[in-house]
Amino acid sequence: MYEIIEGFIEAIRLIVTLDPDVMAIAVRSIIISLTATIIASLIALPLGAAINFGKFRGRRSIINLIQTLYSLPTVIVGLLIFLLISRAGPLGFLRLLFTPTAMIIAQTVLIIPIMTGLTISALSGVDPVIRDTLTSLGATRFQFLINIMKEARFAILAAVAVGFGRAISEVGAAILVGGNIAASSFKSSTRVLTTAISLETSMGNIPQSIALGIVLLTIALGVNLVISTLQQGRNP
Amino acid sequence: MIELDGVSKEFDGKRVLDGVSARVERGEIFAIIGPSGAGKSTLLRLIGLLDNPTAGTIRINGIDIHASKEQSLRIRRMIGMVFQKPAVFNTTVAENIAIGLRFRGVERATVIKKVREALDVVGLAGYEERLARTLSGGEMQRVALARAMVIEPEILLMDEPTANLDPVSVEKIEELVIRINRELGTTILFSTHDMYQGQRLAHRIAVLMNGRFAQVGTPREVFTLPATRDLARFVGIENILEGVVVRRDDGGVVSIDVGGTQVRARSSFGTGERVALCIRPEDMRIAPVERKVANPDGNTLQGTVISIVPRGPFSSVTVDCGFMLSSLLSWKRADDLDLQEGSHVVVSFAPESIHVIRTGET
Repeated sequence: MYEIIEGFIEAIRLIVTLDPDVMAIAVRSIIISLTATIIASLIALPLGAAINFGKFRGRRSIINLIQTLYSLPTVIVGLLIFLLISRAGPLGFLRLLFTPTAMIIAQTVLIIPIMTGLTISALSGVDPVIRDTLTSLGATRFQFLINIMKEARFAILAAVAVGFGRAISEVGAAILVGGNIAASSFKSSTRVLTTAISLETSMGNIPQSIALGIVLLTIALGVNLVISTLQQGRNP
Repeated sequence: MIELDGVSKEFDGKRVLDGVSARVERGEIFAIIGPSGAGKSTLLRLIGLLDNPTAGTIRINGIDIHASKEQSLRIRRMIGMVFQKPAVFNTTVAENIAIGLRFRGVERATVIKKVREALDVVGLAGYEERLARTLSGGEMQRVALARAMVIEPEILLMDEPTANLDPVSVEKIEELVIRINRELGTTILFSTHDMYQGQRLAHRIAVLMNGRFAQVGTPREVFTLPATRDLARFVGIENILEGVVVRRDDGGVVSIDVGGTQVRARSSFGTGERVALCIRPEDMRIAPVERKVANPDGNTLQGTVISIVPRGPFSSVTVDCGFMLSSLLSWKRADDLDLQEGSHVVVSFAPESIHVIRTGET
């Protein structure tokens, strides 16, 4: 018990004094997950729009498949990416294994399904009368899509926030393809909040773990605040 | 301007429209009335290019609007549309109204000017920066109207635009419709289930029943000379009697047997034809039996008052004369006559006030 209390006190000290190690890990986590979220958005938003407004055979099955992939285990994604980019893998020549880039790829793959799925529900949630109104006002296909996106902006941003939350909090893929390396340079290190917590705990370095945990929780809390604010914004 | 030629629409095998044909002239206000579910919205959506007909063609200025995809946008941009449910974009009032102009690449200064003018017209001056979603239903519908109007469409389609609004908002929207038609010469098609709205606004009315136009005509024609018995019922003629022509008299008057009672009406139908008689309650006179006036040319029937029900400033009096007839009297008149349930009265009406519809041969 004493160890835990002491751990908390030490953790608070690490955060308040902006401990360089803790801060570096936190900042790296945010950069990697944010990058993954941006890339995933660029793919998931148009994909979601295409699926929602597309008229093609098997549309329903695709939506079902996407929803199934919401619960894709992060370790499986990690394994798949690992197999692709490991030395012996088809993309081994790119030498991406154990780099931040590999982590970004893994997190992007991980969150594309949920962001696509939530984009589809965001767009299908737009009042059909709004869609008809846009068409009747003489929107081109592109103007139509842009304005439907605008109308669903809060729900779409919430989808983006959910994606970021899932990316920053996952550990399986990050550790498999990142390797939790604390390299000499900030850019080539792959130690992020989740992997660091995992390592520090196994090494018995409890205060460090708790400090990192608090930072991660704070970020998660912030993301949730953003999501709930956005959801309230849907109905002013 | 707009020609509907055998327009049909099926949804999952269910035929909603079944050969609608009509012609709407430029500058006309054309009302489509009909019971709920008759396909009024579907027809307007087809004209507004929001859906494709299963069969038939719709031509605007001679062009089949559903024929070419390339023309589609150009034609859509000639048409403005207002829907039953007031729907606004989740942004400011000004942005809502500007959107159609933006789509057309109108320059900023012009957009601002036109939006202001449009708000002025719909009575929402100064509402530019208000969030559209915070407005009342009536105000939202006026924004929707301004939004459709500002693009100066040649044709304005309105699908039950006042269905869910309070009376004051309804009046405002109706004024605007007339104003837009008069000042801009916009051809307006609107649907309504409110017959009186059709009467107030439209130059011509089409009654949509069972998937097609049962009758197209001026409000007067539709309301006084309905073509079928269903139509008569729909336009609110309460007294519809079934009978058979038994004799042709002089001067275009026939005698019709209605369940044993003879009724005289002006009609050209021949002996033996089955007919329905439509008599408007306001054309019916009621008097106590003792004050009976001789009326050799008209119809005078004795009966008993069954019920007296208030209806607005009138009383609806139902009399059993072997068949039920209802009559509309002002309150004062009903009081003067000292009418009670069970009173014996005489009901009289002129042969000219009866509209006779053929229902079939005997």
